[in-house]
Amino acid sequence: MTRLERNERLIKIALFVIACSAVSILAVITIFIFSEGTPIMFKYGLRSFLLGLDWYPSEQSFGLLPMIIGSVMVTFGSLLVGVPFGLACAIFLTEFSSRRLRHILKPIIELLAGIPSVVYGFIGVVILVPFIRETLGGPGLSVLAASIILGIMILPTIISISIDSLQAVPRSYREGSIALGATKWQTTKMVILPAAKSGIIASIILGMGRAIGETMAVIMIAGNAINIPRSVLDPVRTLTSNIALEMGYASGEHRQALFATGVILFIIIMILNTIANATSVKGKAAK
Amino acid sequence: MSIIEVNNLSLFYGNFQALKNINLNVEQQKITALIGPSGCGKSTFLRCLNRMNDLIDDVHITGSVKIASHDIYHNSFDLLGLRKKVGMVFQRPNPFPLSIYDNVVYGLRVHGILDKKIMEEKLKWSLESVHLWAEVKDKLDANALTLSGEQQQRLCIARLAAVEPEVLLMDEPCSALDPISTAKIEDLMYELKKQYTIIIVTHNMQQAARVSEYTGYFLLGDLVEFGETTQIFTSPKDSRTEDYLTGRFG
Ligand SMILES: Nc1ncnc2c1ncn2[C@@H]1O[C@H](COP(=O)(O)OP(=O)(O)OP(=O)(O)O)[C@@H](O)[C@H]1O
Ligand SMILES: [Mg+2]
Repeated sequence: MTRLERNERLIKIALFVIACSAVSILAVITIFIFSEGTPIMFKYGLRSFLLGLDWYPSEQSFGLLPMIIGSVMVTFGSLLVGVPFGLACAIFLTEFSSRRLRHILKPIIELLAGIPSVVYGFIGVVILVPFIRETLGGPGLSVLAASIILGIMILPTIISISIDSLQAVPRSYREGSIALGATKWQTTKMVILPAAKSGIIASIILGMGRAIGETMAVIMIAGNAINIPRSVLDPVRTLTSNIALEMGYASGEHRQALFATGVILFIIIMILNTIANATSVKGKAAK
Repeated sequence: MSIIEVNNLSLFYGNFQALKNINLNVEQQKITALIGPSGCGKSTFLRCLNRMNDLIDDVHITGSVKIASHDIYHNSFDLLGLRKKVGMVFQRPNPFPLSIYDNVVYGLRVHGILDKKIMEEKLKWSLESVHLWAEVKDKLDANALTLSGEQQQRLCIARLAAVEPEVLLMDEPCSALDPISTAKIEDLMYELKKQYTIIIVTHNMQQAARVSEYTGYFLLGDLVEFGETTQIFTSPKDSRTEDYLTGRFG
Protein backbone atom coordinates (compact mmCIF):
# COMPACT_ATOMS: atom_id res chain seq x y z
CA MET A 1 0.00 0.00 0.00
CA THR A 2 1.43 3.39 -0.90
CA ARG A 3 1.55 6.25 1.54
CA LEU A 4 -1.18 8.10 -0.28
CA GLU A 5 -3.49 5.16 -0.16
CA ARG A 6 -2.82 4.67 3.55
CA ASN A 7 -3.58 8.33 4.21
CA GLU A 8 -6.76 8.08 2.23
CA ARG A 9 -7.81 5.11 4.29
CA LEU A 10 -7.02 6.83 7.59
CA ILE A 11 -9.01 9.89 6.60
CA LYS A 12 -11.92 7.72 5.60
CA ILE A 13 -11.88 5.92 8.95
CA ALA A 14 -11.56 9.18 10.88
CA LEU A 15 -14.51 10.72 9.05
CA PHE A 16 -16.55 7.57 9.61
CA VAL A 17 -15.86 7.70 13.36
CA ILE A 18 -16.80 11.37 13.52
CA ALA A 19 -20.01 10.77 11.58
CA CYS A 20 -20.89 7.83 13.82
CA SER A 21 -20.32 9.80 16.98
CA ALA A 22 -22.57 12.60 15.77
CA VAL A 23 -25.30 10.08 15.09
CA SER A 24 -24.73 8.26 18.35
CA ILE A 25 -24.95 11.47 20.39
CA LEU A 26 -28.37 11.97 18.85
CA ALA A 27 -29.27 8.38 19.56
CA VAL A 28 -28.15 8.68 23.18
CA ILE A 29 -30.25 11.80 23.70
CA THR A 30 -33.27 10.12 22.15
CA ILE A 31 -32.86 6.97 24.22
CA PHE A 32 -32.37 9.04 27.35
CA ILE A 33 -35.52 11.06 26.82
CA PHE A 34 -37.57 7.98 26.04
CA SER A 35 -36.21 5.91 28.92
CA GLU A 36 -36.90 8.75 31.35
CA GLY A 37 -40.27 9.66 29.93
CA THR A 38 -42.07 6.51 28.81
CA PRO A 39 -42.20 4.45 32.06
CA ILE A 40 -44.41 6.98 33.80
CA MET A 41 -46.63 7.26 30.74
CA PHE A 42 -47.31 3.55 30.93
CA LYS A 43 -47.63 3.58 34.70
CA TYR A 44 -50.50 6.07 34.66
CA GLY A 45 -51.77 5.17 31.20
CA LEU A 46 -51.29 6.95 27.87
CA ARG A 47 -54.88 8.14 28.03
CA SER A 48 -54.43 10.07 31.22
CA PHE A 49 -51.40 11.80 29.71
CA LEU A 50 -52.80 12.64 26.32
CA LEU A 51 -56.37 13.38 27.34
CA GLY A 52 -56.11 14.41 30.97
CA LEU A 53 -57.14 17.96 31.72
CA ASP A 54 -55.41 18.44 35.05
CA TRP A 55 -51.74 18.98 35.64
CA TYR A 56 -51.07 18.70 39.39
CA PRO A 57 -47.72 16.96 39.56
CA SER A 58 -47.74 16.90 43.38
CA GLU A 59 -51.02 14.93 43.30
CA GLN A 60 -49.95 12.51 40.57
CA SER A 61 -52.19 13.96 37.93
CA PHE A 62 -50.29 14.56 34.74
CA GLY A 63 -52.84 15.61 32.12
CA LEU A 64 -51.09 17.19 29.15
CA LEU A 65 -54.13 17.95 27.01
CA PRO A 66 -54.21 21.71 27.79
CA MET A 67 -50.54 21.97 26.83
CA ILE A 68 -50.98 19.89 23.68
CA ILE A 69 -53.89 22.10 22.67
CA GLY A 70 -51.83 25.15 23.62
CA SER A 71 -48.95 24.08 21.40
CA VAL A 72 -51.24 23.27 18.52
CA MET A 73 -53.12 26.59 18.83
CA VAL A 74 -50.05 28.80 18.91
CA THR A 75 -48.42 26.84 16.14
CA PHE A 76 -51.40 27.10 13.81
CA GLY A 77 -51.89 30.70 14.85
CA SER A 78 -48.31 31.43 13.88
CA LEU A 79 -48.88 29.78 10.51
CA LEU A 80 -51.97 31.91 9.93
CA VAL A 81 -49.76 34.95 10.43
CA GLY A 82 -46.52 33.72 8.91
CA VAL A 83 -47.61 31.80 5.82
CA PRO A 84 -49.61 34.49 3.98
CA PHE A 85 -47.07 37.18 4.80
CA GLY A 86 -44.08 35.00 4.06
CA LEU A 87 -45.47 33.68 0.81
CA ALA A 88 -46.55 37.12 -0.38
CA CYS A 89 -43.09 38.41 0.43
CA ALA A 90 -41.36 35.55 -1.41
CA ILE A 91 -43.60 35.97 -4.46
CA PHE A 92 -43.02 39.71 -4.54
CA LEU A 93 -39.27 39.35 -4.26
CA THR A 94 -38.91 36.66 -6.92
CA GLU A 95 -41.55 37.62 -9.45
CA PHE A 96 -42.27 41.31 -9.12
CA SER A 97 -39.27 43.13 -7.66
CA SER A 98 -36.07 44.11 -9.38
CA ARG A 99 -33.03 41.93 -8.97
CA ARG A 100 -31.33 44.74 -7.03
CA LEU A 101 -34.07 44.98 -4.44
CA ARG A 102 -34.05 41.20 -4.02
CA HIS A 103 -30.30 41.16 -3.45
CA ILE A 104 -30.68 43.80 -0.75
CA LEU A 105 -33.76 42.42 1.00
CA LYS A 106 -33.10 38.68 1.04
CA PRO A 107 -30.01 38.84 3.28
CA ILE A 108 -31.81 41.25 5.60
CA ILE A 109 -34.71 38.84 5.94
CA GLU A 110 -32.33 36.00 6.62
CA LEU A 111 -30.70 38.14 9.28
CA LEU A 112 -34.04 38.15 11.12
CA ALA A 113 -33.47 34.46 11.79
CA GLY A 114 -30.35 35.34 13.75
CA ILE A 115 -32.10 37.53 16.31
CA PRO A 116 -32.22 35.64 19.64
CA SER A 117 -35.71 34.53 20.57
CA VAL A 118 -35.54 36.31 23.91
CA VAL A 119 -35.40 39.57 21.97
CA TYR A 120 -38.59 38.66 20.10
CA GLY A 121 -40.17 37.80 23.44
CA PHE A 122 -39.04 41.09 24.89
CA ILE A 123 -40.53 43.05 22.01
CA GLY A 124 -43.74 41.08 22.49
CA VAL A 125 -43.91 41.90 26.19
CA VAL A 126 -43.10 45.56 25.78
CA ILE A 127 -45.13 46.41 22.68
CA LEU A 128 -47.57 43.72 21.56
CA VAL A 129 -48.95 42.51 24.90
CA PRO A 130 -49.93 45.97 26.21
CA PHE A 131 -51.37 46.79 22.80
CA ILE A 132 -53.60 43.70 22.82
CA ARG A 133 -54.62 44.33 26.43
CA GLU A 134 -55.68 47.89 25.69
CA THR A 135 -57.38 47.43 22.32
CA LEU A 136 -58.89 43.93 22.51
CA GLY A 137 -59.10 43.29 26.23
CA GLY A 138 -58.02 40.26 28.25
CA PRO A 139 -54.66 39.93 29.96
CA GLY A 140 -52.70 40.60 26.79
CA LEU A 141 -50.49 37.59 27.47
CA SER A 142 -52.37 35.31 25.11
CA VAL A 143 -52.62 32.86 22.22
CA LEU A 144 -52.90 35.87 19.93
CA ALA A 145 -49.72 37.54 21.15
CA ALA A 146 -47.77 34.29 20.93
CA SER A 147 -49.14 33.55 17.45
CA ILE A 148 -48.15 36.95 16.12
CA ILE A 149 -44.64 36.88 17.55
CA LEU A 150 -44.08 33.28 16.44
CA GLY A 151 -45.52 34.15 13.05
CA ILE A 152 -42.86 36.83 12.71
CA MET A 153 -40.17 34.47 13.95
CA ILE A 154 -40.92 31.87 11.28
CA LEU A 155 -40.99 34.44 8.45
CA PRO A 156 -37.29 34.08 7.58
CA THR A 157 -37.63 30.29 7.25
CA ILE A 158 -40.71 30.51 5.07
CA ILE A 159 -39.48 33.40 2.95
CA SER A 160 -36.00 32.19 2.23
CA ILE A 161 -36.91 28.59 1.43
CA SER A 162 -39.88 29.71 -0.66
CA ILE A 163 -37.68 32.14 -2.58
CA ASP A 164 -35.22 29.34 -3.27
CA SER A 165 -37.91 27.07 -4.59
CA LEU A 166 -39.54 29.81 -6.67
CA GLN A 167 -36.19 30.70 -8.18
CA ALA A 168 -35.55 27.06 -8.98
CA VAL A 169 -38.53 27.11 -11.37
CA PRO A 170 -37.00 27.18 -14.86
CA ARG A 171 -37.13 30.47 -16.73
CA SER A 172 -38.57 28.66 -19.72
CA TYR A 173 -41.85 28.14 -17.85
CA ARG A 174 -42.15 31.87 -17.25
CA GLU A 175 -41.28 32.67 -20.86
CA GLY A 176 -43.71 30.08 -22.20
CA SER A 177 -46.51 31.54 -20.16
CA ILE A 178 -45.76 35.19 -20.90
CA ALA A 179 -45.42 34.36 -24.60
CA LEU A 180 -48.97 33.00 -24.50
CA GLY A 181 -50.22 36.39 -23.37
CA ALA A 182 -50.47 35.64 -19.66
CA THR A 183 -49.88 38.42 -17.14
CA LYS A 184 -47.20 38.05 -14.49
CA TRP A 185 -49.78 37.28 -11.85
CA GLN A 186 -51.48 34.64 -14.01
CA THR A 187 -48.08 33.11 -14.67
CA THR A 188 -47.27 33.05 -10.97
CA LYS A 189 -50.61 31.60 -9.98
CA MET A 190 -51.01 29.02 -12.73
CA VAL A 191 -47.45 27.86 -13.41
CA ILE A 192 -44.85 29.07 -10.94
CA LEU A 193 -46.67 28.27 -7.71
CA PRO A 194 -47.73 24.75 -8.78
CA ALA A 195 -44.17 24.08 -9.95
CA ALA A 196 -42.69 25.30 -6.67
CA LYS A 197 -45.36 23.68 -4.52
CA SER A 198 -43.26 21.03 -2.84
CA GLY A 199 -40.58 23.52 -1.77
CA ILE A 200 -43.19 25.89 -0.43
CA ILE A 201 -44.86 23.13 1.58
CA ALA A 202 -41.49 22.12 2.97
CA SER A 203 -40.86 25.73 4.01
CA ILE A 204 -44.19 25.84 5.82
CA ILE A 205 -43.51 22.60 7.65
CA LEU A 206 -40.05 23.70 8.67
CA GLY A 207 -41.54 26.97 9.93
CA MET A 208 -44.10 24.92 11.82
CA GLY A 209 -41.32 22.88 13.42
CA ARG A 210 -39.63 26.06 14.48
CA ALA A 211 -42.86 27.45 15.97
CA ILE A 212 -43.75 24.32 17.88
CA GLY A 213 -40.26 24.03 19.35
CA GLU A 214 -39.87 27.67 20.31
CA THR A 215 -39.72 28.16 24.08
CA MET A 216 -38.29 31.40 25.37
CA ALA A 217 -40.42 33.86 23.41
CA VAL A 218 -43.54 31.81 24.14
CA ILE A 219 -42.89 31.69 27.88
CA MET A 220 -42.58 35.46 27.90
CA ILE A 221 -45.81 36.26 26.06
CA ALA A 222 -48.25 33.33 26.17
CA GLY A 223 -49.22 33.70 29.82
CA ASN A 224 -48.49 30.06 30.72
CA ALA A 225 -51.77 29.40 32.51
CA ILE A 226 -52.77 25.73 32.38
CA ASN A 227 -56.20 25.78 30.84
CA ILE A 228 -57.86 25.17 27.53
CA PRO A 229 -58.28 28.65 26.08
CA ARG A 230 -61.78 29.66 25.09
CA SER A 231 -60.67 32.56 22.91
CA VAL A 232 -57.43 33.73 21.33
CA LEU A 233 -57.21 36.39 24.04
CA ASP A 234 -56.83 33.76 26.79
CA PRO A 235 -53.40 32.76 28.06
CA VAL A 236 -52.01 29.29 27.30
CA ARG A 237 -49.12 27.06 28.20
CA THR A 238 -47.31 25.08 25.51
CA LEU A 239 -45.49 21.76 25.86
CA THR A 240 -42.10 23.44 25.59
CA SER A 241 -43.00 26.08 28.19
CA ASN A 242 -44.18 23.36 30.53
CA ILE A 243 -40.78 21.68 30.49
CA ALA A 244 -38.77 24.88 30.74
CA LEU A 245 -40.86 26.39 33.53
CA GLU A 246 -40.85 23.37 35.86
CA MET A 247 -37.62 21.53 35.13
CA GLY A 248 -35.71 23.68 37.60
CA TYR A 249 -37.46 22.36 40.69
CA ALA A 250 -39.06 19.10 39.54
CA SER A 251 -38.01 15.77 41.03
CA GLY A 252 -39.21 12.16 41.06
CA GLU A 253 -42.35 11.46 39.09
CA HIS A 254 -42.83 15.14 38.34
CA ARG A 255 -39.48 15.16 36.59
CA GLN A 256 -40.37 12.01 34.68
CA ALA A 257 -43.66 13.57 33.61
CA LEU A 258 -41.71 16.49 32.15
CA PHE A 259 -39.64 14.00 30.18
CA ALA A 260 -42.91 12.48 29.02
CA THR A 261 -43.87 15.95 27.80
CA GLY A 262 -40.60 15.93 25.88
CA VAL A 263 -41.41 12.55 24.37
CA ILE A 264 -44.73 13.83 23.03
CA LEU A 265 -43.07 16.93 21.62
CA PHE A 266 -40.37 14.78 20.06
CA ILE A 267 -42.94 12.58 18.35
CA ILE A 268 -44.90 15.56 17.01
CA ILE A 269 -41.74 17.10 15.55
CA MET A 270 -40.62 13.79 14.05
CA ILE A 271 -43.94 13.46 12.28
CA LEU A 272 -43.65 17.00 10.89
CA ASN A 273 -40.13 16.41 9.64
CA THR A 274 -41.10 13.16 8.00
CA ILE A 275 -43.92 14.91 6.16
CA ALA A 276 -41.54 17.69 5.10
CA ASN A 277 -39.01 15.22 3.74
CA ALA A 278 -41.65 13.16 2.00
CA THR A 279 -43.17 16.16 0.24
CA SER A 280 -39.85 17.55 -0.94
CA VAL A 281 -38.68 14.15 -2.18
CA LYS A 282 -41.96 13.62 -3.98
CA GLY A 283 -41.64 17.06 -5.55
CA LYS A 284 -38.16 16.24 -6.82
CA ALA A 285 -39.28 12.93 -8.24
CA ALA A 286 -41.98 14.70 -10.23
CA LYS A 287 -39.40 16.97 -11.91
CA MET B 1 -49.73 40.16 -48.70
CA SER B 2 -47.36 41.25 -45.94
CA ILE B 3 -48.62 40.58 -42.47
CA ILE B 4 -45.49 41.85 -40.73
CA GLU B 5 -43.69 45.01 -41.79
CA VAL B 6 -40.43 45.87 -40.08
CA ASN B 7 -38.98 49.32 -40.72
CA ASN B 8 -35.55 50.56 -39.60
CA LEU B 9 -35.62 48.37 -36.53
CA SER B 10 -32.62 48.73 -34.24
CA LEU B 11 -32.20 47.18 -30.82
CA PHE B 12 -29.71 47.95 -28.08
CA TYR B 13 -28.88 45.85 -25.03
CA GLY B 14 -27.49 48.72 -22.95
CA ASN B 15 -24.85 50.18 -25.25
CA PHE B 16 -24.49 47.07 -27.38
CA GLN B 17 -26.36 47.27 -30.67
CA ALA B 18 -27.72 43.80 -31.38
CA LEU B 19 -29.89 44.74 -34.39
CA LYS B 20 -28.92 47.32 -36.98
CA ASN B 21 -31.60 48.96 -39.07
CA ILE B 22 -33.55 45.90 -40.07
CA ASN B 23 -36.08 46.23 -42.89
CA LEU B 24 -38.15 43.25 -43.90
CA ASN B 25 -41.66 42.19 -44.81
CA VAL B 26 -43.11 38.83 -43.93
CA GLU B 27 -45.68 37.27 -46.24
CA GLN B 28 -48.86 35.85 -44.86
CA GLN B 29 -49.21 32.06 -44.69
CA LYS B 30 -45.67 31.48 -45.85
CA ILE B 31 -42.67 30.13 -44.02
CA THR B 32 -39.83 32.56 -43.57
CA ALA B 33 -36.49 31.19 -42.39
CA LEU B 34 -33.84 33.24 -40.59
CA ILE B 35 -30.30 31.91 -40.77
CA GLY B 36 -26.91 33.16 -39.70
CA PRO B 37 -24.04 32.41 -37.36
CA SER B 38 -24.39 32.30 -33.59
CA GLY B 39 -24.92 35.57 -31.75
CA CYS B 40 -25.88 37.59 -34.81
CA GLY B 41 -29.29 38.60 -33.49
CA LYS B 42 -31.76 36.07 -34.91
CA SER B 43 -33.39 35.29 -31.59
CA THR B 44 -33.31 38.94 -30.63
CA PHE B 45 -35.14 39.81 -33.83
CA LEU B 46 -37.73 37.09 -33.32
CA ARG B 47 -38.35 38.28 -29.77
CA CYS B 48 -39.03 41.79 -31.09
CA LEU B 49 -42.06 40.46 -32.95
CA ASN B 50 -43.93 39.41 -29.81
CA ARG B 51 -42.22 41.94 -27.57
CA MET B 52 -40.59 39.30 -25.40
CA ASN B 53 -37.60 41.62 -25.16
CA ASP B 54 -39.77 43.75 -22.88
CA LEU B 55 -38.92 41.26 -20.14
CA ILE B 56 -35.23 42.14 -20.30
CA ASP B 57 -34.00 45.18 -18.40
CA ASP B 58 -32.20 47.94 -20.23
CA VAL B 59 -33.37 47.19 -23.77
CA HIS B 60 -33.88 50.09 -26.14
CA ILE B 61 -35.67 49.80 -29.47
CA THR B 62 -36.04 52.24 -32.38
CA GLY B 63 -37.89 51.91 -35.66
CA SER B 64 -41.25 50.27 -36.13
CA VAL B 65 -42.83 46.83 -36.33
CA LYS B 66 -46.29 46.62 -37.80
CA ILE B 67 -48.37 43.50 -37.58
CA ALA B 68 -51.57 43.56 -39.65
CA SER B 69 -50.91 47.30 -40.09
CA HIS B 70 -50.81 48.05 -36.36
CA ASP B 71 -47.64 49.40 -34.78
CA ILE B 72 -46.99 46.91 -31.97
CA TYR B 73 -44.66 49.30 -30.16
CA HIS B 74 -47.27 52.03 -29.98
CA ASN B 75 -48.10 53.03 -26.39
CA SER B 76 -51.74 52.06 -26.59
CA PHE B 77 -51.09 48.68 -28.22
CA ASP B 78 -52.66 45.68 -26.49
CA LEU B 79 -49.59 43.69 -25.47
CA LEU B 80 -51.39 40.62 -24.14
CA GLY B 81 -53.51 40.49 -27.29
CA LEU B 82 -50.35 40.69 -29.39
CA ARG B 83 -48.87 37.65 -27.69
CA LYS B 84 -52.08 35.75 -28.22
CA LYS B 85 -51.89 36.59 -31.91
CA VAL B 86 -48.16 35.95 -32.26
CA GLY B 87 -47.24 32.65 -30.62
CA MET B 88 -43.75 31.46 -29.88
CA VAL B 89 -42.18 28.00 -29.96
CA PHE B 90 -38.92 27.76 -28.05
CA GLN B 91 -35.65 25.97 -28.68
CA ARG B 92 -36.13 23.55 -25.81
CA PRO B 93 -39.67 22.22 -25.55
CA ASN B 94 -41.09 23.95 -22.49
CA PRO B 95 -44.42 22.42 -21.55
CA PHE B 96 -45.54 23.47 -18.08
CA PRO B 97 -45.17 20.82 -15.37
CA LEU B 98 -48.94 20.36 -15.42
CA SER B 99 -51.20 17.78 -17.02
CA ILE B 100 -51.43 17.57 -20.80
CA TYR B 101 -54.97 18.89 -20.54
CA ASP B 102 -53.95 21.90 -18.44
CA ASN B 103 -51.12 22.68 -20.85
CA VAL B 104 -53.34 22.86 -23.89
CA VAL B 105 -56.13 24.87 -22.29
CA TYR B 106 -53.66 27.16 -20.51
CA GLY B 107 -53.92 29.91 -23.11
CA LEU B 108 -57.71 29.70 -23.10
CA ARG B 109 -57.85 30.11 -19.34
CA VAL B 110 -55.41 32.99 -19.49
CA HIS B 111 -57.62 34.74 -22.01
CA GLY B 112 -60.74 34.19 -19.98
CA ILE B 113 -62.32 31.23 -21.76
CA LEU B 114 -63.46 28.95 -18.96
CA ASP B 115 -66.39 27.16 -20.57
CA LYS B 116 -65.74 23.40 -20.19
CA LYS B 117 -67.33 22.53 -23.52
CA ILE B 118 -65.39 25.07 -25.54
CA MET B 119 -62.19 24.04 -23.77
CA GLU B 120 -62.71 20.40 -24.64
CA GLU B 121 -63.48 21.16 -28.27
CA LYS B 122 -60.37 23.30 -28.62
CA LEU B 123 -58.32 20.71 -26.79
CA LYS B 124 -59.23 18.00 -29.25
CA TRP B 125 -58.92 20.26 -32.25
CA SER B 126 -55.49 21.61 -31.34
CA LEU B 127 -54.08 18.24 -30.38
CA GLU B 128 -55.38 16.85 -33.66
CA SER B 129 -53.78 19.66 -35.61
CA VAL B 130 -50.36 18.58 -34.32
CA HIS B 131 -51.20 14.84 -34.65
CA LEU B 132 -50.92 14.23 -30.95
CA TRP B 133 -54.54 13.46 -30.18
CA ALA B 134 -54.35 9.73 -30.88
CA GLU B 135 -51.24 9.36 -28.75
CA VAL B 136 -52.44 11.22 -25.69
CA LYS B 137 -56.23 11.06 -25.71
CA ASP B 138 -56.21 8.36 -23.03
CA LYS B 139 -53.78 10.11 -20.75
CA LEU B 140 -54.80 13.74 -20.76
CA ASP B 141 -54.27 13.86 -17.01
CA ALA B 142 -50.68 12.66 -17.24
CA ASN B 143 -47.93 15.15 -16.52
CA ALA B 144 -46.75 16.73 -19.78
CA LEU B 145 -43.13 16.19 -18.78
CA THR B 146 -43.60 12.43 -19.19
CA LEU B 147 -43.89 12.87 -22.97
CA SER B 148 -40.90 12.47 -25.30
CA GLY B 149 -39.05 15.57 -26.49
CA GLU B 150 -40.76 15.57 -29.86
CA GLN B 151 -44.18 15.04 -28.31
CA GLN B 152 -43.43 17.88 -25.91
CA GLN B 153 -42.59 20.18 -28.80
CA ARG B 154 -45.83 19.17 -30.54
CA LEU B 155 -47.69 19.84 -27.32
CA CYS B 156 -46.14 23.31 -27.15
CA ILE B 157 -47.39 23.97 -30.68
CA ALA B 158 -50.84 22.63 -29.74
CA ARG B 159 -50.81 24.93 -26.73
CA LEU B 160 -50.39 27.85 -29.13
CA ALA B 161 -52.88 26.51 -31.65
CA ALA B 162 -55.58 26.50 -28.98
CA VAL B 163 -55.59 30.29 -28.81
CA GLU B 164 -55.61 30.53 -32.62
CA PRO B 165 -52.64 32.77 -33.30
CA GLU B 166 -51.94 34.24 -36.73
CA VAL B 167 -48.17 34.08 -36.58
CA LEU B 168 -45.92 31.36 -35.18
CA LEU B 169 -42.40 32.32 -34.19
CA MET B 170 -40.13 29.29 -33.92
CA ASP B 171 -36.67 29.67 -32.45
CA GLU B 172 -34.68 26.59 -33.48
CA PRO B 173 -37.65 24.35 -32.68
CA CYS B 174 -35.84 21.18 -33.74
CA SER B 175 -32.40 21.70 -32.28
CA ALA B 176 -33.16 19.50 -29.27
CA LEU B 177 -34.66 16.74 -31.43
CA ASP B 178 -33.27 13.78 -33.36
CA PRO B 179 -33.48 13.69 -37.21
CA ILE B 180 -36.65 11.60 -37.35
CA SER B 181 -38.47 13.84 -34.89
CA THR B 182 -37.16 16.83 -36.82
CA ALA B 183 -38.66 15.47 -40.04
CA LYS B 184 -42.01 15.04 -38.29
CA ILE B 185 -41.99 18.61 -37.00
CA GLU B 186 -41.07 19.86 -40.48
CA ASP B 187 -44.00 17.97 -41.99
CA LEU B 188 -46.17 19.57 -39.39
CA MET B 189 -44.92 23.03 -40.32
CA TYR B 190 -45.98 22.40 -43.93
CA GLU B 191 -49.51 21.71 -42.81
CA LEU B 192 -49.59 24.55 -40.32
CA LYS B 193 -48.70 27.18 -42.86
CA LYS B 194 -52.15 26.79 -44.37
CA GLN B 195 -53.34 28.56 -41.25
CA TYR B 196 -50.41 30.44 -39.87
CA THR B 197 -47.59 32.65 -40.95
CA ILE B 198 -44.43 30.97 -39.71
CA ILE B 199 -41.04 32.50 -39.00
CA ILE B 200 -38.38 29.99 -38.11
CA VAL B 201 -34.83 30.53 -36.89
CA THR B 202 -32.59 27.63 -37.78
CA HIS B 203 -28.94 26.67 -37.83
CA ASN B 204 -29.73 23.87 -40.18
CA MET B 205 -29.27 25.13 -43.74
CA GLN B 206 -30.99 22.14 -45.32
CA GLN B 207 -33.94 22.74 -43.07
CA ALA B 208 -34.20 26.34 -44.22
CA ALA B 209 -33.96 25.20 -47.85
CA ARG B 210 -36.52 22.43 -47.33
CA VAL B 211 -39.27 24.21 -45.48
CA SER B 212 -39.16 27.91 -46.25
CA GLU B 213 -40.38 30.13 -49.06
CA TYR B 214 -38.36 33.13 -47.91
CA THR B 215 -34.98 33.32 -46.23
CA GLY B 216 -33.14 36.08 -44.43
CA TYR B 217 -29.45 35.97 -43.62
CA PHE B 218 -28.33 37.77 -40.47
CA LEU B 219 -24.74 38.71 -39.74
CA LEU B 220 -23.63 40.65 -36.67
CA GLY B 221 -26.96 42.40 -36.27
CA ASP B 222 -27.38 43.20 -39.98
CA LEU B 223 -29.93 41.62 -42.26
CA VAL B 224 -27.46 41.03 -45.05
CA GLU B 225 -29.83 39.53 -47.53
CA PHE B 226 -33.50 38.70 -47.70
CA GLY B 227 -35.43 37.09 -50.53
CA GLU B 228 -37.02 33.97 -51.90
CA THR B 229 -35.37 30.86 -50.56
CA THR B 230 -34.58 29.39 -54.00
CA GLN B 231 -32.91 32.62 -55.04
CA ILE B 232 -30.89 32.93 -51.82
CA PHE B 233 -29.68 29.36 -52.02
CA THR B 234 -28.95 29.28 -55.75
CA SER B 235 -27.79 32.78 -56.59
CA PRO B 236 -27.17 34.92 -53.51
CA LYS B 237 -26.62 38.57 -54.33
CA ASP B 238 -24.29 39.28 -51.44
CA SER B 239 -20.89 37.60 -51.33
CA ARG B 240 -21.14 37.24 -47.53
CA THR B 241 -24.28 35.14 -47.91
CA GLU B 242 -22.53 32.98 -50.45
CA ASP B 243 -19.55 32.49 -48.11
CA TYR B 244 -21.87 31.37 -45.34
CA LEU B 245 -23.93 29.02 -47.51
CA THR B 246 -20.90 27.38 -49.06
CA GLY B 247 -19.43 26.86 -45.62
CA ARG B 248 -16.52 29.21 -45.99
CA PHE B 249 -17.70 31.00 -42.89
CA GLY B 250 -19.81 30.46 -39.81
N1 LIG C 1 -30.26 39.72 -22.58
C1 LIG C 1 -29.19 40.14 -23.25
N2 LIG C 1 -28.42 41.12 -22.74
C2 LIG C 1 -27.32 41.55 -23.40
N3 LIG C 1 -26.92 41.06 -24.58
C3 LIG C 1 -27.65 40.08 -25.14
C4 LIG C 1 -28.82 39.56 -24.50
N4 LIG C 1 -29.35 38.60 -25.28
C5 LIG C 1 -28.53 38.50 -26.36
N5 LIG C 1 -27.52 39.40 -26.28
C6 LIG C 1 -26.48 39.61 -27.29
O1 LIG C 1 -27.08 39.98 -28.48
C7 LIG C 1 -26.45 39.33 -29.58
C8 LIG C 1 -27.47 38.57 -30.38
O2 LIG C 1 -27.97 37.50 -29.58
P1 LIG C 1 -29.09 36.50 -30.12
O3 LIG C 1 -29.42 35.58 -29.00
O4 LIG C 1 -30.18 37.27 -30.74
O5 LIG C 1 -28.28 35.71 -31.24
P2 LIG C 1 -28.74 34.47 -32.10
O6 LIG C 1 -28.52 34.86 -33.52
O7 LIG C 1 -30.08 34.01 -31.72
O8 LIG C 1 -27.66 33.38 -31.70
P3 LIG C 1 -27.85 31.82 -31.57
O9 LIG C 1 -27.81 31.30 -32.96
O10 LIG C 1 -26.66 31.39 -30.79
O11 LIG C 1 -29.13 31.55 -30.88
C9 LIG C 1 -25.37 38.44 -29.00
O12 LIG C 1 -24.14 39.10 -29.15
C10 LIG C 1 -25.73 38.32 -27.57
O13 LIG C 1 -24.56 38.22 -26.78
MG1 LIG D 1 -30.85 32.23 -30.75
